[in-house]
Amino acid sequence: MRQEKSSCSCSILDSSQALGGLWLCAENESFPKIEDIITRMQDDKTGGVPIRTVKSFLSKIPSVVTGSDIVQWLMKNLSIEDAGEAIHLGSLIAAQGYVFPISDHVLTLKDDGTFYRFQAPYFWPSNCWEPENTDYAIYLCKRTMQNKARLELADYEAENLARLQRAFARKWEFIFMQAEAQVKIDRKKDKTERKILDSQERAFWDVHRPVPGCVNTTEMDIRKCRRMKNPQKVKKSVYGVTEESQPQSPVHLPSQPVRKTTKEDFRKQITFLNMQIERHCLKMSKVAESLIAYTEQYVEYDPFITPAEPSNPWISDDAALWDIEMSKEPSQQRVKRWGFSMDEVLKDPVGRDQFLRFLESEFSSENLRFWLAVQDLKKQPLQDVTTRVEEIWQEFLAPGAQSAINLDSHSYEKTSQNVKDPGRYTYEDAQEHIYKLMKSDSYARFLRSNAYQDLLLAKKKVYVGKDMLPSPSTS
Amino acid sequence: MDQTFLAIVFGPCDKCSKNKPLRPVSVKSEQRSYCSLCVEMMATEGLHENETLASLKSEAESLKGKLEEERAKLHDVELHQVAERVEALGQFVMKTRRTLKGHGNKVLCMDWCKDKRRIVSSSQDGKVIVWDSFTTNKEHAVTMPCTWVMACAYAPSGCAIACGGLDNKCSVYPLTFEKNENMAAKKKSVAMHTNYLSACSFTNSDMQILTASGDGTCALWDVESGQLLQSFHGHGADVLCLDLAPSETGNTFVSGGCDKKAMVWDMRSGQCVQSFETHDSDINSVRYYPSGDAFASGSDDATCRLYDLRADREVAIYSKESIIFGASSVDFSLSGRLLFAGYNDYTINVWDVLKGSRVSILFGHENRVSTLRVSPDGTAFCSGSWDHTLRIWA
Repeated sequence: MRQEKSSCSCSILDSSQALGGLWLCAENESFPKIEDIITRMQDDKTGGVPIRTVKSFLSKIPSVVTGSDIVQWLMKNLSIEDAGEAIHLGSLIAAQGYVFPISDHVLTLKDDGTFYRFQAPYFWPSNCWEPENTDYAIYLCKRTMQNKARLELADYEAENLARLQRAFARKWEFIFMQAEAQVKIDRKKDKTERKILDSQERAFWDVHRPVPGCVNTTEMDIRKCRRMKNPQKVKKSVYGVTEESQPQSPVHLPSQPVRKTTKEDFRKQITFLNMQIERHCLKMSKVAESLIAYTEQYVEYDPFITPAEPSNPWISDDAALWDIEMSKEPSQQRVKRWGFSMDEVLKDPVGRDQFLRFLESEFSSENLRFWLAVQDLKKQPLQDVTTRVEEIWQEFLAPGAQSAINLDSHSYEKTSQNVKDPGRYTYEDAQEHIYKLMKSDSYARFLRSNAYQDLLLAKKKVYVGKDMLPSPSTS
Repeated sequence: MDQTFLAIVFGPCDKCSKNKPLRPVSVKSEQRSYCSLCVEMMATEGLHENETLASLKSEAESLKGKLEEERAKLHDVELHQVAERVEALGQFVMKTRRTLKGHGNKVLCMDWCKDKRRIVSSSQDGKVIVWDSFTTNKEHAVTMPCTWVMACAYAPSGCAIACGGLDNKCSVYPLTFEKNENMAAKKKSVAMHTNYLSACSFTNSDMQILTASGDGTCALWDVESGQLLQSFHGHGADVLCLDLAPSETGNTFVSGGCDKKAMVWDMRSGQCVQSFETHDSDINSVRYYPSGDAFASGSDDATCRLYDLRADREVAIYSKESIIFGASSVDFSLSGRLLFAGYNDYTINVWDVLKGSRVSILFGHENRVSTLRVSPDGTAFCSGSWDHTLRIWA
């Protein structure tokens, strides 16, 4: 598809549009919601905003509503407690192009007497407008033909026009003619109607060619754009312009092909559903208790809820908290956490070390060392796996192994089979078995041990070899 | 089926590889040796050929109904009802503590380093930057050969980063501290998909990477060799996000996609073990609850939801009438009590996970919030936005 290239840097030639311009997005779930809000807002029967004609100086301003009326309506009808939130939402609705200030190109909502007007459904973003620069050129050209002070081009618009004139130098005559035609059509309309339509048209362009520095709300997330809603849709012009150069059948890039569900798909579904039905699930009440219990246990460790001691580095600009954590001396709070579950001890390098030392002191560290070795195995690059599997076998499982672990015969046999085809999951079974064993045996002993209890009560220092001076208990 | 046969041979079955007594069978005009179980299965499979698409469909439908019935029996109470007895949270004062400026275009993704202060971020213009967000200094920067770098991740060792996007690949860059570091030179291409890379994460090792793609699949890769270790098929559309289970022993992860489904996978077998489909639109973000028993999701339907794995169902919805733009990114505070969610309406909403209410709304970004992660020690969270900046909040 031959794309109209222009050196016009007026806003929207970003990558999502530059790629052929037919990115129709399935992304905007918010459009129907906004449209519902806008429709309700304009419904005078059900408490909509007061839309009036306001008399000003020498003329009348038709069909306007104040910013504060909109804010009030949003707060009341969408249960918004904070005016700031309502202003933010209103500004977004304006930025999307559904409502606009009549005297400003910048699409934002103010909580005051500023006048706003509702956008015509013709111009709604949900119509998937992607107006070409030719349309924009026609629009700006048309504006210069209307000799009215208040319709004068803003600086950025004048700059845009100049750029477009350079870019479309060769077809400017065509553009000029189109603009003239538009002016003729407009002149035929009723004065009041014209005022309204002119403003709505301007607001449309404020969305698609925003004031420099303003957010361009037509920018799309490229991941969503790849799924075309209307692949056969011909690019439409705001002013009904069809040029010879504009192709009728647009090219669209392949999206995910929608496959029809096959028998195999259904069989898989059936197997999966049967598996789910067999699954033993917990009651909601139990699940709720468990979730609550977890958060209650960890709430004192959550810096967002319980302020970190000595301070949160991000707030105090002091990294003391991190320095303390790096030191080998764990705080009582940290030691307490090791008692929550074996995973906590295994997760914390200092905890792991303490656990290992304790087991070594009892000459029963082979289980933990095996578990750690298998964890390490899973972290290896593929090419080193076979060697490591063999090493682990020799050290922990082979007959006469130096650190023989205690596996039941079933697990042992399964593992010996697995070893013949070594992989990262060779020892998965054995590891699970040893994990359960440690949990009920070694871990429980560790928590009861003097080594752990002393740390918990801050009686001893961690370093081995230093004088074991009892430190004053802080509890 | 009554089978009496002479055991001619004892050995590995041609179908299931188990050592059993075998008998000869003809499979598609070829001679094979199957064990009796596999012979049985083969016979009943033949019956399947007579099943029509319609009968299978109705069987699936009736099973779905049965499953719903079974699950409903366990639905005796709502989470927020039980949570009524929990103490309400106080007022929060969360502010932007750092603003990271340096990207020239939309920030799409970020990840924390285990050191709790460094982060990696990627943007639409192809730039990937590593920051010490505590000092706001940029430490490394590389420009990818593609635009829209939608995924980036920090290696557990802190010595490498991974990233990718429209190039359909995931590449690993080692981080060095040489004076004239040329990151691009040491680049290693690891993953290859057939559509954009939407998410990537190292497992608990620098040696494996898990990826999600617009091609509808997830995959696990060996970094050294670039070999595909396991692929995960099941999503009916683009996969947009993934998160690894936090367990020390776990081998599972959850993914979310444009098919509105969240799926939990067994990394070993490649099988989907649980599936959830209650969102009304694309799932942009999934994140495990810190215990690993549940996960949250953020979607274009403007809601966030909590799914519990033990109950096998959705257990909470986080939504408001006034929130009408999609949630792009979610993460939990350390205790799981708070859920931070970034939205396409430029705000961040903070939810009370147990009670289901919104605790706070944070303004600051000037365009969509596209990515959000809580730091490893939970002292802060970082948000990235289409306004080109990243913010650290605490």
